[in-house]
Order: sequence, then C-alpha cells, then structure tokens
Amino acid sequence: MTDIKVKNEFLPIDPAAPLLEVENLKVEFRTANGVAKAVNGANFRLAEGETLAILGESGCGKSVTAQAIMGILDTPPGYVTGGEVRYRGVDLLKLKEEHRRQVRANRIAMVFQDALSALNPVFTVGFQLGELFRKHRGMSRADSKKRAIELLDQVKIPAARQRVGEYPHQFSGGMRQRVMIAMALALDPEVLIADEPTTALDVTVQAQIMNLLAEVQRERNMGLILITHDMGVVADVADRISVMYAGRVVEEAPVYDIYARPAHPYTKALLESIPRVDLKGQQLSVIKGLPPTLTNIPPGCAFAARCRYARDVCRQDPVPPSYQVTHNRTSRCHFWKEVVGVE
Amino acid sequence: MSEIVLQTKGLKKHFPITRGIVFQSKVGAVQAVDGVDLELRRGETLGIVGESGCGKSTLARLLVGLETPTAGEINVRGQDMTKLRGGDLRRARRNIQMVLQDPYTSLNPRMTVGDIIGEPFEIHTDVVPKGDRKARVRDLLDLVGLNPDHINRYPHQFSGGQRQRIGIARALALKPEIIVCDEPVSALDVSIQAQVINLLEGLQEELGLSYIFIAHDLSVVRHIADRVSVMYLGRVVETGRDLEIYEQPTHPYTQALLSAVPVPDPTLRGHRDQIVLEGDVPSPANPPSGCRFRTRCWKAQQKCTDEDPMLTLRPKSAHASACHFAEVRDVVHAVD
Repeated sequence: MTDIKVKNEFLPIDPAAPLLEVENLKVEFRTANGVAKAVNGANFRLAEGETLAILGESGCGKSVTAQAIMGILDTPPGYVTGGEVRYRGVDLLKLKEEHRRQVRANRIAMVFQDALSALNPVFTVGFQLGELFRKHRGMSRADSKKRAIELLDQVKIPAARQRVGEYPHQFSGGMRQRVMIAMALALDPEVLIADEPTTALDVTVQAQIMNLLAEVQRERNMGLILITHDMGVVADVADRISVMYAGRVVEEAPVYDIYARPAHPYTKALLESIPRVDLKGQQLSVIKGLPPTLTNIPPGCAFAARCRYARDVCRQDPVPPSYQVTHNRTSRCHFWKEVVGVE
Repeated sequence: MSEIVLQTKGLKKHFPITRGIVFQSKVGAVQAVDGVDLELRRGETLGIVGESGCGKSTLARLLVGLETPTAGEINVRGQDMTKLRGGDLRRARRNIQMVLQDPYTSLNPRMTVGDIIGEPFEIHTDVVPKGDRKARVRDLLDLVGLNPDHINRYPHQFSGGQRQRIGIARALALKPEIIVCDEPVSALDVSIQAQVINLLEGLQEELGLSYIFIAHDLSVVRHIADRVSVMYLGRVVETGRDLEIYEQPTHPYTQALLSAVPVPDPTLRGHRDQIVLEGDVPSPANPPSGCRFRTRCWKAQQKCTDEDPMLTLRPKSAHASACHFAEVRDVVHAVD
C-alpha cells in the first residue's frame, strides 16, 4: 500500500487561507421513515490554535457535522446535500475519495467518544497505532512500532514500551482514550476534532484527558473542534462556542460572552437548566417540550415551540437569519436584543 | 428531626472470584461494598457519589434486595430486611422501590405502559383490588406528568425523559416510603434532566418520600441532596450535609473529585484549585492496605498504610471523614 503519497501535490492548498471553514453544510439521512434533515446549513470557521466548541443535545447534528467534515458519513443513508467544507481554501466535499484520504489523519484527525468500540479488539494497540505510519508514511514494521511507543509516551501512558504490545481491553477507559488521542496525533494534523472525548469517563479522568488535549493543542498550535453537550467542560477550555439546535448553529460567540449574556433563547434556557457544583440552586428552570423530530422540522425557527420569547413571526418561514450581535458573535433569533437585554 | 426510615450497619457485599469449572475453588473476592453505614430520614434525600467501580450501584441493589449481602444489616423501620423471608420479605420490600438508570433498557418493549406500571400489583396482589388497578395506573401516569390516555402505548412511543417518568411511576405504584434512584438522569439530555429532577423534587414534597440518590454527577447531587456520602472502593470516605461536603470537604478524595467537576462559568477558568489525580482506581479485588485512597493521595504517609482510617469526626473536620489528616479545603470556588 504505497499508492498514497506522503505529501500530496494534488491539493491546491493555500497556506494563507483560513484553516477550516464550514459554510452552509447540509446533511440528510434518507430512511424508510422519511428524510431526516440532520444538518441544515451549519456555518463556522476555525483558526490555528483555536478551540471551537460545538455544543448541543443529542440529535442536534453535532456529530454528523464532524463526520461530514471528516468524510466518514455512512452513505447510504447519510448524504451531504449542500455546502462547503474548506480546508486551507480547498473544498473537501469536491475531492475524490483518494485525495480525501490524504487529508484524513494527515491534516484533519478525529478522536471518538467510545474508545473501546473505536479500537479494534483483535489487534494490539501498537499495531493499530503503527498502521497509520505503515499506510500513510510507508514505514517498516519496526520503525512504526518505535513511533507508536513515542506516541504513547507523549500522551503519558506509563510503561509505554510494555503496553504497546497489549490489547485494548487491557487498558482502562482513560488510558484507552489516551490511545485514541495518540492515534489522532500520529500524523501531525492541523485540525483535531474531538467528538465527546470524555463523556464515557469519570470526572477525575475527564480532567486528565481535557488537560492532555489542551496541552497537545498548545504545543502543536492545532485547531481543535470540541463536540460536547457538557456546558461545564466547554467553559473550561473553549475559545468560541457554536450552539447547535435541530441542525443549525443558532448562536456563535466567544466563550465569555455566551455565558455572561447569551443572545439566543435556547442557549439562555440551557444555561438556566443546569445544576452547578459551586452553588445550591433553587428550582431548575425547565425547557418545556422536546426537540423537533428531524423528519419534520417546523417552519421558521425550530426552537419556537419551546421558546418563551416566540411570537408569530418565529413560526413562519424564512428561518431567522444570522443576526450580527457584535462584530464577533451571531444569533439566529429575531428577538436577540430582548434576549441579551440591550436596546 | 424526623425519624430514621432506613439504616444500614456494616453492609458488605463480596463477589467471589472462582477458578475451575467442575471443581470450583474460591481464589479471592471483589469487595464491591465493604462496610457501609447509612442513615436515611423521612423526607430526606441522601446523595451517594463516587466514580465507576466504587460500589454505589451494588449498594443500591443491596438496599432493594436484588443482592444478598455478605454481612451487615439493612433496617427498614426497625426490621432487618436481611433476616426476613417469604411473605414478610415481600411486604417489607414494597416500602423500598427503585428507579433504574437507563430508561431505554429498563422497560420491556413488548409491554404496554399500563402493564409495566401495573405489574407491581400482580406481584403484590393485596395492595389494590383488581377492579381498581387500571384507575390507579391512570392516577400514577397523571402524577408523573404523562397523559393517562396513553396507557395502551408502548415504551418506544415515548422519548427518553417520558420513559424515565414511566420508570418513576412504576416505582411509586406500591406507595413506598423510600425510593432508591440509581443514576436516574445520567442517560438524559440536560434540558430533559431538569424536568426529571424537578419531578422527583415535587413528588418528594407531595408524598413525603425519602430518596437515596445515586449519581456520578456531583452537580446534580448537590442540587437535589440534603446530605451526601462520598464512596471510594466500596467504602464511604466522607459524609455530611450538602454544605459541608461541597463547601468544606475534608477528605482528599472528595476534594479531588470536586475540583475535577467543571463549572459552567468561564470566568473561573484558571482561578480554581485544581487537583488532578494520577493513575487509576485500584482493583476492588485487591484493595490497598490501610486507607484505600493512599495510592493516589498526595497526603499519604506511613500511618495511612498501617492504619485503616475510620469514618468519624476529626479535629479539623466537623463532619465524618475517613482520613487521618482530614482538613478543610475549598475547591469549588475561585481562590484568588
């Protein structure tokens, strides 16, 4: 398998172009029960050294967005039906599969949520890590094993030399997630997408993994996309946050602004509905109702049915546009001024 | 103070590790729960927190009688549950019911909601006469905020939050005084979580229930619990009122656990006392001698290896703490 070039000459990459831009991305799943519109025009951009958090509840399209960027969407039933994903100016969605493959892991890599099911149980951890070097870099088995040990060392797995020959089930949950991170870092990507990297872990282990991610990001000046539903984790590490609801980015803002003064009713309601460890709260405020089914998203704003600010205009098409709240934040709410509390 | 409805003394559950198939020999034991003393009062919520493998779910199963304890007592209203048999046991069990973690697997997909909630009446036939059962199920559905007309629907027709309500209705069917909630909201999304927490709180007020609330999410437990017990490797390491545990933790494990909980407020970033523990939890089949936390503790000294610290009041701890060197350290607030 040496048909994959180490550095590709095919891609017209513009080093001055933004690292990653997602524009109007649309993904749908064609199922027997109808077409589920999982992503309906997602927009965001990511710069070097920046941490962008994509925040949302299950079914909001955050993981599907990540899969579409990586080009690992299950097709069928999933189809990208529109939009662009530009890496350094190159639209990845228009690339041929063999070119796309060079981008994957080399340029954009991903850490998955459930490390036990993402790793192959019948190969050693060292073999799976080494595979990257053998396939993408054409290294020998001995060299790739050496690199695998170095990588395990970098993600602070103790006794890396012994553990490289062990199988995934012999690692604890936290250690397995470290292996996943090592695997993602193997080929020095510029963008790392972490899809709920700590959801399956205990809090003390979560803290270790988040610290590790932050550290490797700083060292390599990578762009990090952190996909999560946990507003606590996000507050600790993100620079900017995109909040997704029913397949759309409803609010995007720097982390301090969004927590201090959310500009979309959904973000505001989410923040009010989470208990905090440092405060004894009163009654939690509740978002009534349920998110819409993706096969039947209502016209206008998808959150309108659950929103306390909603008026008639919200329940009609068109979908609220991205209002510019300040120069660096947007909100898809007609009444963002009211929500944020400014005149 | 209201009366004690549930009390455990020296509760232990050891799972044997055996070798051989035909001639089995016991070669060790997983000490899942190893000497737990609890007290639960009427109308109170006792939160139990700890990481996976600390024995909190085994404890829940012991309390409702799904496991037989290796040693110790479970007293419900003065009766030792572990000594009861037959009809007496069945009647005693009515008083302590359980809400399970995963609303997707804990409801039988082939049974209607009415059958699921009504099943306890089939087992405890003398609670509600046959003719009144359907009406009682409808009342229960109404009580947990579901439409009583949905009595003939199947679990898959409900969302996760609604299914958890069905689980709660089933637990309430026999009018228990005590409900053991084992991670009741951890499978739910945040906005749905709040709905279920509020429901549990409302039911407690309305029916005077006592809860044992088991969760790994310390923020949720702080919100709902009056008192909290922190577990590590089968033992309770610290117990106290919510304010004592969260604002003045004295056991190093509690401090590490609390400091690792992310707070949804970016202005606290870098201003909190963060303790990052090294390594993993030791195996409960072979726990360390003395204090079980000593292998990961930054305060550990020789005394911790030699002497098992009791869960008791300490010179620098106003509530029970199982650490020889217990001392208050605020880890959840900004420390500048």
